[in-house]
Amino acid sequence: MTDLTALTLAEARDALKAKSFTAVELTDAYLAAMERARVLNAYVTETPEKARDMARASDARLAAGKAGPLEGLPLGIKDLYATEGVHTQACSHILDGFKPTYESTVSANLWADGAVMLGKLNMDEFAMGSSNETSHYGSVVNPWRRNGSDVNLVPGGSSGGSAAAVAARLCLGATATDTGGSIRQPAAFTGTTGIKPTYGRCSRWGLVAFASSLDQAGPIARDVRDAAILLKSMASVDPKDTTSVDLPVPDYEAAVGKSVKGFRIGIPKEYRLDGMPAEMDALWKKGIEILRDAGAEIVDISLPHTKYALPAYYIVAPAEASSNLARYDGVRYGLRVPGSDIVDMYENTRAAGFGAEVKRRILIGTYVLSAGYYDAYYLRAQKVRTLIKRDFETVYAAGVDAILTPATPSAAFGIGEKADADPVEMYLNDVFTVTVNMAGLPGLAVPAGLNAEGLPLGLQLIGRPFDEETLFTLGAAIERAVGTFAPTQWW
Amino acid sequence: MSVDTATVRRVARLARIKVTDDEAARMTNELNSILGFVEQLNEVDVAGVEPMTSVVSVKMRRRQDVVTDGENAEAVTVNAPVSEDHFFLVPKVVE
Repeated sequence: MTDLTALTLAEARDALKAKSFTAVELTDAYLAAMERARVLNAYVTETPEKARDMARASDARLAAGKAGPLEGLPLGIKDLYATEGVHTQACSHILDGFKPTYESTVSANLWADGAVMLGKLNMDEFAMGSSNETSHYGSVVNPWRRNGSDVNLVPGGSSGGSAAAVAARLCLGATATDTGGSIRQPAAFTGTTGIKPTYGRCSRWGLVAFASSLDQAGPIARDVRDAAILLKSMASVDPKDTTSVDLPVPDYEAAVGKSVKGFRIGIPKEYRLDGMPAEMDALWKKGIEILRDAGAEIVDISLPHTKYALPAYYIVAPAEASSNLARYDGVRYGLRVPGSDIVDMYENTRAAGFGAEVKRRILIGTYVLSAGYYDAYYLRAQKVRTLIKRDFETVYAAGVDAILTPATPSAAFGIGEKADADPVEMYLNDVFTVTVNMAGLPGLAVPAGLNAEGLPLGLQLIGRPFDEETLFTLGAAIERAVGTFAPTQWW
Repeated sequence: MSVDTATVRRVARLARIKVTDDEAARMTNELNSILGFVEQLNEVDVAGVEPMTSVVSVKMRRRQDVVTDGENAEAVTVNAPVSEDHFFLVPKVVE
């Protein structure tokens, strides 16, 4: 039998329905691949028994002709998602030993559609990071390496485990989350496809909260079609999340392969950064040519407040995080470090339980919300956010259907390479993605080529609110022109 | 605006995170780097701009005012580091 892990999610789905192999065989192939790839550190917990139980149940449903849309398809779940009875720590020490008694709505949707859980995926602690180096469980190793080099690279973050696992074929697809770029940046660093849906498209219930007005769940997958299939199952309106939106979930897969003729694509001049590598600029031009050749109309646009999105984000996101992470007090779940009184216990627990980046953001957030500074920082940032959103509304009102930009300013960098850098240097990784979260819009990262060193580079498509379908159509057109990318196995 | 080490200590106290002297000194530098970065927001004219309160313009849904959850003390306390008879145990707070 050929290597089952070489199939895409769509191919595996069709082969299971055609009874070419069983869900148990497919699951076993993935469990074996995971075991061989432990050096990548993509999974923090493997759940082989649960996976085989779920696969057996899938085989029974397939035999009975009662297969769901994802029947028997093995997936990895980011450690940020609550999974009943299974390790859920957002890769933080402060949630030490936490096993929820409930299931997140998004993962429950996947299981209801027949998917199989392989385990929990590594990530930056509380999703705070752009390199997966802040995880309590250690860095994830990018399955991609520079040509002729054995230097380990970061997979991006925060969904670094999700992106690495998909790229290395350690799952058919993975759940991820995106607060400032945490789906799209790692997807770009690993040659995978990731979509951050419109805010409200997926329920946030059962996701460990980081910044509630920005967090959104989405998939990382091997290609555009697989991402579309996964999002269809993940999205839903949910009585347990009042910000989830009551709109019908379209058949996103049907948008893959449609013609892009007549679509109007905006190219924002503010995304052309000084010092951006020439190969990134060339990639962007290639993307423009591909869409133009496919019949889209290309227009130059301006999003004047773009440069203020990242600084505004570094007020809004830490402010919300400082509030959300107040719940980790050593009383109800996770780590407790004793102290001389209850406040001492809180302080000891939080000092031992949070890593350096998380502490940094809690302190920034506490500071900008503290008496006397609220108006100068938080209120001003929320006003700037209104202006960022207005920039997008203006170009969409002028008839632009979607916007094409680079996904990241560079390709993947080395593990530890930025360890001594200023924190702001790491934050700049998200300069192209964070605007989308600030405005609540959908954004798709699709691989568009390799750089001179053989590393993947990605483009980003930004859409109108709840128009993920257009992004899948356009992303698929780019994919048709450039193909898909997989790393050479060295592990 | 920038912060000094005393301010960082005060903020860490508000956030209930114990910091060592070394950490407070390092964090002072890091926080000032971030505060320096966000300073550029002062360039933006925000006169008459409403602060964003909701990123998607939808009306908050309401649900029936009925009990939909509860009576599951075991599930609520099962992950507590220290508990007894479905109560969370903490250091003494009232003399």
